Amino acid sequence: MSAAPIHLAGQRLMLCPSGVLAWPAERLLVVADLHLEKGSSFAARGSLLPPYDTRETLERLALALRRWKPARLVLLGDSFHDRQGCARLPAGEAAALRRMLAGIEVVWLLGNHDPEPPEGLPGLAVAEWRLGKLLFRHIAEPGRLPPGVAELSGHFHPKASMPVRGGSVTRPCFLADSQRLLLPAFGAYTGGLDIRDPAVAALFPRGGRAFLLGRERLFSFPTGPLRGAMRALEAAG
Amino acid sequence: MGTLPELFAAWFASRGWAPRPHQLALLRAAQRGESALLVAPTGGGKTLAGFLPSLIDLHARPRDGLHTLYISPLKALAVDIARNLGAPVQEMGLPIRIETRTGDTPPNRRARQRVDPPHCLLTTPESLALLLTLPDAGTMFGGLGAVVVDEIHALAGSKRGDQLSLGLARLSVLAPAARRVGLSATVAHPDPLRCFLSPSGRAGDVALVLGEGGAEPRLDILLPEGRLPWGGHMGLASMPEVYRRIRGAGVTIVFVNTRAQAELCFQALWRLNDDNLPIGLHHGSLTVEQRRKVEAAMAAGRLRAVVATASLDLGIDWGAVDQVVQVGAPKGVARLLQRIGRANHRMDEASEAVLVPANRFEVIECVAARQAIAAHELDGEPPRPGGLDVLCQHILAVAVAGPFLPDDLYAEVIRAAPYAALPRRDFDDALRFVGDGGYALQSYDRFRRLFRDAEGRIHVKSAAVARQLRMNLGTIVETPLMKVKLRGGKLLGEVEEWFVSTLTPGDCFIFAGQLLRFEGLDALACIVSRGGEGEPRVPAYAGSRMPLTTYLAARVRAILHDPEAWRGLPEPVREWLRQQQRHSELPPADGLLVETFPRGEKWFLVAYCFEGRLAHQTLGMLVTRRMERLGMAPLGYLATDYVLAAWSAFEPRGVERLFEQDILGEELEEWMAESSLLRRTFRNIATIAGLIDKNQPGKENSGRQMTMNADLIYDVLRRHEPDHILLRATRQEAAAGLTDIARIGLLLARARAGGIRHRVLDHVSPLAVPALIEEGRTWVAGGAGDALLAEAEALVEEATGGAEMFRETLASVSEHLPPQGGRTRRPADRAPERRGRNARFIRSAPKNLGAPR
Repeated sequence: MSAAPIHLAGQRLMLCPSGVLAWPAERLLVVADLHLEKGSSFAARGSLLPPYDTRETLERLALALRRWKPARLVLLGDSFHDRQGCARLPAGEAAALRRMLAGIEVVWLLGNHDPEPPEGLPGLAVAEWRLGKLLFRHIAEPGRLPPGVAELSGHFHPKASMPVRGGSVTRPCFLADSQRLLLPAFGAYTGGLDIRDPAVAALFPRGGRAFLLGRERLFSFPTGPLRGAMRALEAAG
Repeated sequence: MGTLPELFAAWFASRGWAPRPHQLALLRAAQRGESALLVAPTGGGKTLAGFLPSLIDLHARPRDGLHTLYISPLKALAVDIARNLGAPVQEMGLPIRIETRTGDTPPNRRARQRVDPPHCLLTTPESLALLLTLPDAGTMFGGLGAVVVDEIHALAGSKRGDQLSLGLARLSVLAPAARRVGLSATVAHPDPLRCFLSPSGRAGDVALVLGEGGAEPRLDILLPEGRLPWGGHMGLASMPEVYRRIRGAGVTIVFVNTRAQAELCFQALWRLNDDNLPIGLHHGSLTVEQRRKVEAAMAAGRLRAVVATASLDLGIDWGAVDQVVQVGAPKGVARLLQRIGRANHRMDEASEAVLVPANRFEVIECVAARQAIAAHELDGEPPRPGGLDVLCQHILAVAVAGPFLPDDLYAEVIRAAPYAALPRRDFDDALRFVGDGGYALQSYDRFRRLFRDAEGRIHVKSAAVARQLRMNLGTIVETPLMKVKLRGGKLLGEVEEWFVSTLTPGDCFIFAGQLLRFEGLDALACIVSRGGEGEPRVPAYAGSRMPLTTYLAARVRAILHDPEAWRGLPEPVREWLRQQQRHSELPPADGLLVETFPRGEKWFLVAYCFEGRLAHQTLGMLVTRRMERLGMAPLGYLATDYVLAAWSAFEPRGVERLFEQDILGEELEEWMAESSLLRRTFRNIATIAGLIDKNQPGKENSGRQMTMNADLIYDVLRRHEPDHILLRATRQEAAAGLTDIARIGLLLARARAGGIRHRVLDHVSPLAVPALIEEGRTWVAGGAGDALLAEAEALVEEATGGAEMFRETLASVSEHLPPQGGRTRRPADRAPERRGRNARFIRSAPKNLGAPR
């Protein structure tokens, strides 16, 4: 699996096809929107989805941690699908999660799905976090960022379609311009929002670059400023 | 016995009619209390035959309460029948109330129907399923005398049919005395339909009544004036002739095979429409209001022609249709007959129909279909076992209606013919699935939907479960659709979401008879404006093209093989076949002809399988995997209804190894694991079984990212519990139905028995040209440059490990115009040579074709 470098605010970051982002200089790993216990959240509302999503997501996270061996892990929010998600973690999965976080400095950003700190898990829980020139948020804030600062966020579960012969391929993706980067959702049960959706496109008024997740590498293409987005901006302004 | 009471005889006489023999035969069966299946062509007074015994019974013994339940596959049909039955009831002054109950019935009337049901209730399988979940279903149906299932041939063998069969089994328990009547168009094998109708699941319990055959239809085959096209499926070259036919007749239905084709033919006809004839358009993606408007205009005689898809195959009787034009190959004899029957719903007059083949193979197919009709032979698929997903839904529905004992329900279910062979293990697994998801990891105990009382009876846990079931009831799963809206508000209809995902703002496409420009997305819809520049595309819909039936394929093979049979073919087609004889050879009736030849930088392999597009697609996947394994470096493949064409970097030698029966082993397993078709199958199954909620129209505003994606569930479940009942159901359905594995099995067996005839040629053979034209249109998008193609191919390959190759081919051959690949803003993309014939043609079509006047 080969990661792709990208430069933001003068920092060299690595985009990994598994959907995580690494900041080698700081030995820091970033992951967004795990939505742990989404399956049981649906089950409580009557949709008895296969109860293996947390296990699957944690197995994938463990792989990423083994690969990048970070000293710090930043989770960009919505780590649990709902407020009770952390309490519902099956004992085995909770233990696995604690094992995997041992010895790592963990930063939990609070998301709209999990606005409270996860009980019984190590780490710092904050609404927003900053390291050097990089700003970590759950939801990107529209409008200009201070010069020299870049923002990393999750929340939108960006996905993009790439036209190919006879149709298109849709994948979760990273989406970036020179100051802003959205991470794909990492959870096993997380779907996606098309990056042409006005909510996403409005964050990238001058367009950006999408990096679709492939099995072994990323596939990137530029996204032009989108008409829909422009109209949304006009309407907003 | 079997004679009409005086009142009825007088009514027939007043109309100048005499009761038909099959009407009296049904009456006799009813008076003996027997169930009966009536098989008769359109226009034979079938519906009246089905109702006559009920009307006579109610006349002789008037009583309150529900007497006859009528079930039709179409809401519109139920409404139409209610109106038609009203006439005799009123004219004879019978004390009979007839009402419909469908999704459109207002709530107050539904409530009233529960308290005070009409004598005859006309409904659909879905509304019946809903009625059966009511706690008072027993009271409502207890006194039922008869169940009439109309268009039963269109229901049996589908998931709607599975659901209906389970509903009928339920009715047998609630109303053991009710006899059943099935009404069917002419079918090849009536026995499976008798089983389907039978309360015991056995054909012997149902009397078979055959209506007399109508007048023979008059069938013309219409060729374009100029050159006969080698490829393509749209038939646009014949539109001038079709237009002349429309002008020469009163009212015409122009049937086409796909919605994309409907749009293109509609455009083409209007471009020729110097006389301003009122010509309308009807297909399943237009808004309901638009469709109703066209139907009303048709019924009122305000239209001269309507271009329609299968959306008009069944349905209300317009009486005044003078001719039916079928553009493109008919694909199946039974379906063609059904369509022809739409002209002149009177038995004693011949239906007028015109077949318009779009290419040379289709000419042969049309000739084969005409021979089959003349010989009174029909195609028919063998019955398949009922879906486990439908069973899951039914189990929950039964629990919602009231507690049950599993043993009793199992006994009831296996009396429904599609479930006659259901193993108890599958039933128990389905029951477990409904209860708590049925996972090996039993973590959902507190979220159970069912519980068992001390006597072993199963109950639903809460009213919320019942509510959720009623919301999701039914077996029709829509692919994710997106509304198409004109900027400024007007709704035009719906296209599949994936099609929208291939558009960039500024692209233009044809929809609802208009040239539209894609502007962008808003939260709910695809926003368009009228007009637009550049090459328009046509929205395609997955799986909307019917594959060639086995029966018709065999007839086509027989014609090809036998020069004696060519006499019925036009000269250009005969010459084409003679050329094939000279350059290569004709496909044998048994065995399999495989040609290989170099072209460009590639080697081509063309196999003349004649097993239909779906089977060929699956076969293509298996064969290219085997080619990969043998080091032939396959680059792609393409399936038509007639042939499989694959291309590779190296010469394929020893092609026998590609068609050995063991490709159904390992390669199939691998393919099953990754196939996007299986994912789609799983999505439908998970929805029907109640694992994920249906898309509720009008409820999308919660944000599309919130709906649970079935692909994600599929991946997780496949990894962690591959033997779960829903995955078993998915594999079963894929193996038995959609992917036509059985047909591949037949083909491989035929190849082994008759031998593989491998011809190595210097260049393409005449018979292979149609497929290669298709290849040229879909794969080498023309002028875009090899680099771009290679890049896209590399992307797909790498991004998906090859799984997408199948989806892509499926998409590109399942509808056409080809969705153009690699649509970037590079100038090369605008090169003129990539614009097909159709594109040039459309550009000169009027930009805005108003609704029919």
